[in-house]
Amino acid sequence: MTLLITAFWAIDPFTTQIVQVWNTDNFQRILNEPAYHSIITRTVVMAALVTVTDAVLAFPFAYFMARVASRRVQTLLFAAVLLPLWASYLARVYAWILILNHSGLLNWSLQSIGLPAANIGYTNVAMWVVFSYIWLPFMIIPTYAALERVPESLLEAAADLGARRWRAVRDVVLPLALPGVVAGSIFTFSLTLGDYITPILVGGAGSSFIGNVVYANVGIANNIPFAAALAIVPVAIMAVYLLIAQRLGAFEAL
Amino acid sequence: MKFGALAVVVALALTACGSTSNNTGSTQKPPPTATLKPLDKVGAGEGQLNLIAWEGYVDDSWAKPFTQQTGCVISSKYAGSSDEMVSLMKNGGGGQYDMVSASGDADLRLIYSGDVRPMNEKLIPDWNNFQTFFKNPPYNTINGVHYGISLQWGPNTLLYSTTKFPNKPTSWEVIYDQANKGLITVPDNPIQIADAALYLSKTQPKLGIKDPYELKKNQFDAAVQLLTQQRPLIKKYWALASEEIQLFQARDVVVGAAWPYQTIQLKAAGVKVDETIPSEGATGWGDTWMLATKAPHPNCAYLWTQYVSTAKIQAEQALFFGETPVNTQACAQMEALQAGSCAQYHADAPGSYFDTIRFWKTPISTCSDGSQTCIPYADWVSAWTTIKG
Amino acid sequence: MEGFWTRMLLRLWVALILAFLFTPIVLIFVYAFNTSNIQSWPIPGFTTKWFASTWDDPDVRRALTLSLQAGLTATGLALVLGSCAAFAIHRMTWFGREVVSLLFVLPLALPGIVTGIALNAFFSFGGISLSVWTIVVGHTTFCIVVVYNNVLARLRRTQGSLIEAAMDLGANGFQVFRDITLPLISTSIVAGAMLAFALSFDEVIVTTFTAGAQNTLPLWIFGAIRLGQRLPEVNVVVSFVILVTIIPVLIAARLTGGGGTGRVPAAR
Repeated sequence: MTLLITAFWAIDPFTTQIVQVWNTDNFQRILNEPAYHSIITRTVVMAALVTVTDAVLAFPFAYFMARVASRRVQTLLFAAVLLPLWASYLARVYAWILILNHSGLLNWSLQSIGLPAANIGYTNVAMWVVFSYIWLPFMIIPTYAALERVPESLLEAAADLGARRWRAVRDVVLPLALPGVVAGSIFTFSLTLGDYITPILVGGAGSSFIGNVVYANVGIANNIPFAAALAIVPVAIMAVYLLIAQRLGAFEAL
Repeated sequence: MKFGALAVVVALALTACGSTSNNTGSTQKPPPTATLKPLDKVGAGEGQLNLIAWEGYVDDSWAKPFTQQTGCVISSKYAGSSDEMVSLMKNGGGGQYDMVSASGDADLRLIYSGDVRPMNEKLIPDWNNFQTFFKNPPYNTINGVHYGISLQWGPNTLLYSTTKFPNKPTSWEVIYDQANKGLITVPDNPIQIADAALYLSKTQPKLGIKDPYELKKNQFDAAVQLLTQQRPLIKKYWALASEEIQLFQARDVVVGAAWPYQTIQLKAAGVKVDETIPSEGATGWGDTWMLATKAPHPNCAYLWTQYVSTAKIQAEQALFFGETPVNTQACAQMEALQAGSCAQYHADAPGSYFDTIRFWKTPISTCSDGSQTCIPYADWVSAWTTIKG
Repeated sequence: MEGFWTRMLLRLWVALILAFLFTPIVLIFVYAFNTSNIQSWPIPGFTTKWFASTWDDPDVRRALTLSLQAGLTATGLALVLGSCAAFAIHRMTWFGREVVSLLFVLPLALPGIVTGIALNAFFSFGGISLSVWTIVVGHTTFCIVVVYNNVLARLRRTQGSLIEAAMDLGANGFQVFRDITLPLISTSIVAGAMLAFALSFDEVIVTTFTAGAQNTLPLWIFGAIRLGQRLPEVNVVVSFVILVTIIPVLIAARLTGGGGTGRVPAAR
């Protein structure tokens, strides 16, 4: 049954649109046109940047939750991480426009403490901030789950062997938490890779993502083949990413 | 599942290799649905009507009375772009949708893909009151066959901050001007190439651009080049009307291409802006209610078209959205609802006025002289992607 | 344990992250009271008129109902299918197991736009008209993966010895499932279901391509945002949803997160 339903969407259905002449024009167009290079690069770099940012933001947070917080605080923090997922993605992105734009909350706060305005509204920096924000919970949860499973006894053992706390964290906790971080990165990376709404809302000129171009080409019936050619790019990237993630044992930590 | 996921990759790969075929055809060539006979009499409503519309086109204030009168319960889906409308209408509306309020840049695509069918204008009493141009506009009427009934129209105006520009700008030049670097916004729509072409048709007559939607290779390249130069000056390509409102509100931009809707909203919020149609003229959009080829509720669809064509509803919608009715009788109704609005929206404009507005139509490879040298819309889309980078 | 300063630094970090997470949400709450339908900082004035207009808006109610229906149905389907798949995979020992589990994660990782277009083309190719059911199918595809992953992860951590012991004590297959396996995996099922429902409830991209003439809540929100005439209504609805979900989220957090996962002894 599962196989059936998943296969449904998987047996790809672009068939309705396949034109009978086979050639590689569309791929060549992607390869030869510098604009597509920069769009693909921008998308992938942004996805990687967001993933790294979220990992950095999430790790100490998850560490605190798993190792320091009392059980009560743990529950509250876990709920606090889950709760934003219930506030509409669109509404949250839209709220960010209010923070980042020219006369927004950020500039207002900066100016009121005498700092120069940061004009990051409608730029790639804005996209980076918003993407990191939107997908952060998806990184915190698996990282926390992985950290929680690291037995305290291991750390004690490390301490007994004379390792300092930081060293123990680096050599013992980090490797054990890695599958969780990688599992979270699957979310942050793929969600950023496939998004086209945040670029529309908070991006500036020159903020197109692969998804935007795919979306733009879908409307024109005859360019479905081109949209499909372009859509292969994120699919292929994700396939490679997942293979690596599997090696790192991330699936057990999803 | 294994095969499924493999299939997706294989099918994607195969599809991607499929070539882009040309099915837009010529304006002379009859569209696939040309021979479908439209209704000759409107029967009883089917009790249901499924619409794809622009946000605000099926507002409760006039949709509810319609349902009470006819028993046709409306469910509407709001589309975000013309492209989205076209994809939703694929396969003749899929037996799901009855009508779409398509703009001129989508019409020919819908007509030539056979997704919409001819409509009988004789069943729409108010059609006779329409502004002559909108009875048979080239974007929805081919070889005398109507593939939909015109609804409303509006110009794409130049919106500017009156603080920055105390004197009304007279040329579109301001949106191509280095002096306004980082303070400009234009719509994120491939049809924007036509705006550049319109500007070039006046500033570089040597190019010989007559119709901004029928561009030969060299004319198209010149327009694309102009837009490529404009790209570093752009703060943001706006996709949603509310985005442009926010851009002006927060003073992120001071000038840009807009619809009258944004001007009305901004002025209502006390933002110091105004709009103008510069000397080069302007492009404009004309919206049409089109009937899906597989419409499951054709009678309700006709009842709806009759209803929205009446002067009263035309006036209400015009004021709600900030656009202009095609029904000339709507002028008085608009005045009654909001004094001065008829002239403000050019609802009383003489026929000659429509020569200054170049209405959106889907660019196709067949030029009006019958040659096949014009650049089709698919190329506009890819050029637009390249421009935006 | 961590030193004093380390703890302080961690606390500060947590506070900053929480501020980061909740600033936009506070804004959403505040701007539900905005007098203007254009959001600008600082807020021009306060009014409660949007609450009344949202309450009276039939579109909002329809969208909310549809989102609940679609979310619950998709989650329900995903629970059954996802857990079954997880059990099946867990028992598999052949070499293809790794490949199969990779393929199971792939749908989640596929960009939404690809899934959306594929489904849309599939439905129109198969002559299936778009309806609530096509939305449900669309959502189920990614909900399954979430449930599957949660359950499978728990099963892997469950020691086979417990089941063997029960078998040795004479329990039959059903009893083992009811008394041992189910209690062990129940929290992971709850966690999976919560996440699946949340994903479905907030999905825009796939839904755009699989919804018929119906609007789910996110689609309604996108519509309202486009022209911005009813922007404060969006904030009202979102605030309402957050307030309503606080309690269930807290309960779920207590069940699954707050010491839940790690502290089930057998799950170690």
